[in-house]
Amino acid sequence: MDILTPSPSVDSRDTTTVYEQLTSRGVSRRDFLKFCGWMSACMGLGSEGVAQVALALETKKRIPVVWMHFQECTCCSESFLRSSHPIVADILLDKISLDYTETLLAASGHQAESVLHQTITKYKGEYLLCIEGSVPTAADGVYCCIGGRSAVDIIQEVAAGAKAIIAWGNCACSGCVQAAKPNPTSATPVSKIITGKPIVHVQGCPPIAEVMAGVLVHLLTFDRIPQLDALGRPKAFYSRRVHDTCYRRPNYDAGLFVESFDDENARKGYCLYKMGCRGPTTYNSCGTIRWNGGVSFPIQSGHGCIGCSESSFWDNGPFYERLGSFPGFGIETTADKIGLVVGAATVVGATGHAILTNIRKHHEIGEQPGESAAQGPSTSAGESSNQGGTQS
Amino acid sequence: MSERIVVDPITRIEGHLRIEAEVKDGFITDAWSAGTMVRGLEIILKGRDPRDAWAFCERVCGVCTTMHALASVRAVEDAVGIAIPPNAELIRNIMFCVQSIHDHVVHFYHLHALDWVDVVSALKADPAEASRIAQSISHWPKSSPGYFSDLQKRLTKFVESGQLGIFANGYWGHPAYKLPPAVNLIGVAHYLEALEWQKEIVKVHTIFGGKNPHPNYLVGGVPCSINIDEANAINAERLAMVTRLLEQAQVFVEQVYIPDLLAIAPAYLDWAAIGGGVKNHLCYGDLPTNGFADVARFKFPRGAVLDRDLSRIHAVDPKDPSGVQEFIDHSWYSYSGGEGKHPWEGETTFNYTGPKPPYEHLNVEGKYSWLKTPRWKGHAMEVGPLSRMLVGYAAGHAEIKDAVTETLAALKAPPAVLFSTLGRTAARGIETRLTARWALEFHQQLLTNIRNGDSRTFTKEKWDPSTWPTIARGVGASEAPRGALAHWIVINNRKIENYQLVVPTTWNGSPRDAKGQRSPYESSLIGTPVHDPKLPLEILRTIHSFDPCLACAVHLYDDKGAKLQEFSTAPAL
Repeated sequence: MDILTPSPSVDSRDTTTVYEQLTSRGVSRRDFLKFCGWMSACMGLGSEGVAQVALALETKKRIPVVWMHFQECTCCSESFLRSSHPIVADILLDKISLDYTETLLAASGHQAESVLHQTITKYKGEYLLCIEGSVPTAADGVYCCIGGRSAVDIIQEVAAGAKAIIAWGNCACSGCVQAAKPNPTSATPVSKIITGKPIVHVQGCPPIAEVMAGVLVHLLTFDRIPQLDALGRPKAFYSRRVHDTCYRRPNYDAGLFVESFDDENARKGYCLYKMGCRGPTTYNSCGTIRWNGGVSFPIQSGHGCIGCSESSFWDNGPFYERLGSFPGFGIETTADKIGLVVGAATVVGATGHAILTNIRKHHEIGEQPGESAAQGPSTSAGESSNQGGTQS
Repeated sequence: MSERIVVDPITRIEGHLRIEAEVKDGFITDAWSAGTMVRGLEIILKGRDPRDAWAFCERVCGVCTTMHALASVRAVEDAVGIAIPPNAELIRNIMFCVQSIHDHVVHFYHLHALDWVDVVSALKADPAEASRIAQSISHWPKSSPGYFSDLQKRLTKFVESGQLGIFANGYWGHPAYKLPPAVNLIGVAHYLEALEWQKEIVKVHTIFGGKNPHPNYLVGGVPCSINIDEANAINAERLAMVTRLLEQAQVFVEQVYIPDLLAIAPAYLDWAAIGGGVKNHLCYGDLPTNGFADVARFKFPRGAVLDRDLSRIHAVDPKDPSGVQEFIDHSWYSYSGGEGKHPWEGETTFNYTGPKPPYEHLNVEGKYSWLKTPRWKGHAMEVGPLSRMLVGYAAGHAEIKDAVTETLAALKAPPAVLFSTLGRTAARGIETRLTARWALEFHQQLLTNIRNGDSRTFTKEKWDPSTWPTIARGVGASEAPRGALAHWIVINNRKIENYQLVVPTTWNGSPRDAKGQRSPYESSLIGTPVHDPKLPLEILRTIHSFDPCLACAVHLYDDKGAKLQEFSTAPAL
């Protein structure tokens, strides 16, 4: 699906390609290709993808981007700015032509509103809409107003002419913390308000910077939205459980668990399952891409995963209570048994677990034979209240 | 005759802020500040495990991420009586300093600089002149004529493309911009460099807390374990990385941020007489060096300054029922009775009486904001870096006093200039020099402790809620980048019964109180010159000098069972 090729009417000033702009900024061809290789790897394309990424960045035009903020904490914007590869911030701040974002825009008030209006009028049907935050629908929308208008009202207007929508973070995808019980403002995710537009769910609180960058580069490179799972999340970044990619997984399989924070086992980096880790029910790239340039991720720094890329994770607590069971595997009894009877039981447990996990995963990411091809862009995917997490 | 101007949205802040102002004869005569978004986190916290609260609270703000988590774990520890190990205190202090440094640098360059630096003017600069100036104020290596020339070419191409992105519709060419083109060019160069730099320093949070934004905290200590003989814990490699990151941060602060501040400020000394606002300052203090109970040993002293009298420090106790109180006379809430309420007794019910959107103006005679109005002993108080520097100065804190004096000497200005828009911006820089230095001190102390055999980062005692008293009340106070922050918690039968946050932007950005006393934003705008009411550049300068953070400021407080249906009967709807 071609969503990003600019229309012929776009001004001639848009003709500079990403590659041309980078070279004009002193980025060498070598660095450029390194970046393409890295992006290609991130998107799971392998070495043959490098040329494709490079070609796209060399020849594709800039796309106008409108970035709206509703009920949020700006952690998604902050995360986006943390993109670790040296040229990612450059590309994403300029190459996409970020025409409206309240966080960084020089203009305020009427001048800001006028920029927004100009962009959505001039580039109708062409611009990419990024949304950070949920939309409160209760009480005529008075819980979030910008320029005297409610978020409910504004989102309809800006979405109408968007070519595609990216829902950044758990707020826009699932409502996040403000939608936790009892959801006093009726905080509502984008996909429950906007229909008939492709929506990409980039989950997490916040999403990993490189995942945000990766989704944008995917759009820019391939002129299409990435393949999504049943919940509208890009498969490249959300098809694996944190548990399955965790470097502490061998400890789990061997029955080696932290029993208390900073105990002897914690100091040896054992598995945090008994401390409430949500890795077994959470789909994200924390175990592979990690955070802030690959420096670490929550489990590596001693705290269990709290499941921030899953819908309703705030109501799946308390966080320090271990999962009674997770889909496809009766972990509670097994973990204790493994802990007590290390040896033959470990081998059986590990193998059985691996098999069951894989079956479960196929089901969850909608990867049944023939299913993925029909996936396409999701318009309402993802916003069921009990997706993925322990409640399913 | 006067004219009412509205600036909404205020950009380059966190959250949703609206300013309405009366302008007469080129000056602001009155102003109203309104928070226009609310989420209701306090209601959501009710009934939950107090040990989980930090994660909910951390999502109050992704810009000053960590600060609400810190205040939250302190509140629970205070309530149930937990003293954390020295290493946990040091790691929390290092994370605090990193947050403060990051936040202040990003504020200066990405949220505030465009109020002072004219991006378009930089196109006319002589790169050789920019280089000469840059090299005269700093040893920062990126300062050659070629460097500035290349940057200018990039910038020219960008502007000529016509697609200005985030710089579109800025106030370029406005007569209130005073910097010579060469200094504007330096400012733009460092805007871009700071964008690259900021993603590095936060890696300290990633090492200790696993991610940034929103690193992990833990009641009773910190979640990371130290084991210098283990690959899967904080070991020598991790600690060396922290050292390096903190050293690089200090270099950036000393060689880029501070020289820029001192180069920009002299062109705007008129703003040292504008934007003073309320005359009272509040600081809870922070950076404990001997446990949080030993307030006397904080790096940032606790206290209040009234009427700009730096000869006297007033004692502050967040638990004093007559100290901190919140009022709702102009806020969209209602009380069951009484006027001001101490947060432990706080109650609130939504009571939106504003106009139904879309609207042109708010009814500022009535309720007009989702922010409540906090007062300390009835006084409107400013909070933030300026307040911390003033309270530290008044308390005779040697390091703070020296840092303030040194900066004033560099600007050849008397202490009175601090009470202003420019003073607020300068205080933020002064503070960053201190926290960059202290971060390294704390880290050194951490290394010393480990060398001496102490690697504890968590205390298990009282982790189990069954060891807690049935009823427990606590306060977690902190100094967030934007100022005094505190969480008040009431625990009943191991669950949260009441949880309230009184945050910096509530102190600074709240509506006026029943007596008509204005809070700092509204007060500071009075007397501000406005060259062209259609272009609110001057308003932005003063409002941005506070570094607004609105997600932080607006909450729904405990109302003992949400009465959301009241909305349908609210008079204005």
